[in-house]
Amino acid sequence: MKFFGFLITLLTGAVLIYGTLDMPAYGDPDSPASRHVSPRYIEMTEIETATPNMVTSILADYRGYDTMGETTVIFTAGMSCIFLLRKRKS
Amino acid sequence: MIYRGEDIIIRTISRMLIPFIQLYGLYVIMHGHYSPGGGFQGGVILGASLILLLLAYGYQDAKSRVPEKLLTVFSGVGVFIYAGTGFLCLVLLGNFLDYAMLAKILHTDAAHARSLGILSVEIGVGMAVMAVMVSIFLDISTGGVLPGEEEEKQKTAEEA
Repeated sequence: MKFFGFLITLLTGAVLIYGTLDMPAYGDPDSPASRHVSPRYIEMTEIETATPNMVTSILADYRGYDTMGETTVIFTAGMSCIFLLRKRKS
Repeated sequence: MIYRGEDIIIRTISRMLIPFIQLYGLYVIMHGHYSPGGGFQGGVILGASLILLLLAYGYQDAKSRVPEKLLTVFSGVGVFIYAGTGFLCLVLLGNFLDYAMLAKILHTDAAHARSLGILSVEIGVGMAVMAVMVSIFLDISTGGVLPGEEEEKQKTAEEA
């Protein structure tokens, strides 16, 4: 059974590594992300959001929905700690 | 359990440093538009200043400054500010979190409305992160039994 699990792990790892072979090289200027998405943000951030810091405008404006999820994750972590650990005598 | 430290040097130095740490945390949140930083980083700095207060003075002495009920409220309010900004944009006939719609009530152009929208969600993130950091620290360091609470309960039980 242990050997079986090891085999599945090895196979999944091999499939995942095989999947990365098709990815563009790190920092490749011809990759789709560098040709369409990044130039759009770099050119339009200052005009559209009046925010010089591109990281902030992408984090909170263009990708705002994602950041809301992150905040909810932190909130959930705090609430779980309270529910699991805090003892109340009634 | 966090007890009051006996070292006067630690207590004095942390008492002097905490206001500056908190000022720096606020600066990191408010200056996120122009320099590295933002809600997450500033919130963690603010949380660290409160954790330093708790470590130096103990929960018993510092709990009037860091009430755990207020921390729970703050973490909820932070997320509420973020989601509320999004829903405000919905009410103003835009998409969810489309800050350009805030221009209607802020009397600015769309670009500056988006800038202010970013600031508003950063403040929400900062509040939530600060409160959650201190709340988790309190829960883990005390094992969930906050000191002082039991004594108060015993007192009320004895009186009754």
